[in-house]
Amino acid sequence: MPPLTRWLVKAALLYFLAALLMGAAMQLPLAARVPLLGVLWPTYLHLLVMGWLTQLIFGVALWLFPRYTAEKPRGDERLGWAAFVLLNAGLLIRLVAEPRRALGVHEPWLLFASAAAQLLAAWAFVANVWPRVRER
Amino acid sequence: MPRLSIWMVRTALLALMAGTALGAVLLAAPGFGWPGVLRWRPLHAELLLVGWLVQLTLGVSWWILPRFRSGAERGPEGLGWLAFGLVNAGAILAGVGRSVGLDGLALAGRSAEALAAAAYAARAWPRVKPFR
Repeated sequence: MPPLTRWLVKAALLYFLAALLMGAAMQLPLAARVPLLGVLWPTYLHLLVMGWLTQLIFGVALWLFPRYTAEKPRGDERLGWAAFVLLNAGLLIRLVAEPRRALGVHEPWLLFASAAAQLLAAWAFVANVWPRVRER
Repeated sequence: MPRLSIWMVRTALLALMAGTALGAVLLAAPGFGWPGVLRWRPLHAELLLVGWLVQLTLGVSWWILPRFRSGAERGPEGLGWLAFGLVNAGAILAGVGRSVGLDGLALAGRSAEALAAAAYAARAWPRVKPFR
């Protein structure tokens, strides 16, 4: 398993754990009295879908898809690393900024940064993996 | 990777690009005084859940599941191609229908997605067997 895949899969596992802990916290009896726990639903959903499922797919696809060439089996790995860094930066900013917006804090540029980072991460992954989606 | 898997995985990658682009607008735009875009949240969800995650699963499993020893190695592809068409039509119709409030369109989309699942499962079912 290449280093980038290991980073992606281990980060995905951390999001999996974090999201399910967040899900449990939202169901606690005291959740109704803690405003923060009442606004976490969209963040919880994105930690699961982007942080866990999508990041796991990124890692496994970069490992298992047909090789780009014998010399460069994974194509331009800088794109893969960019996807890893941007996806996690975007999600971590979101983890802070999205609940704060729901609680009335106006920080549009923080959410813009999160949105841009997650978008660029997805597009970098596609650029990296697209030439490898072919017959062996 | 067989041709059907290539089409499914590449279309899933396009859905990921479109879904994240729309998601970025949904996340950032309301902060800049553009809350009307939030009505497109159902399309964002369909693109990423069905167009990306579900379709990628279909494409990779079509490639990876055990093959047959005689005849076409992955069986007849007709139902697989039908699933490919239905899952994409379904994601777009359901996403647009729910976003603009057209219940009939949303029902048609969700029905197409269900038919895609049936077509795919019928073709994949006999391949769920020990490797030989």
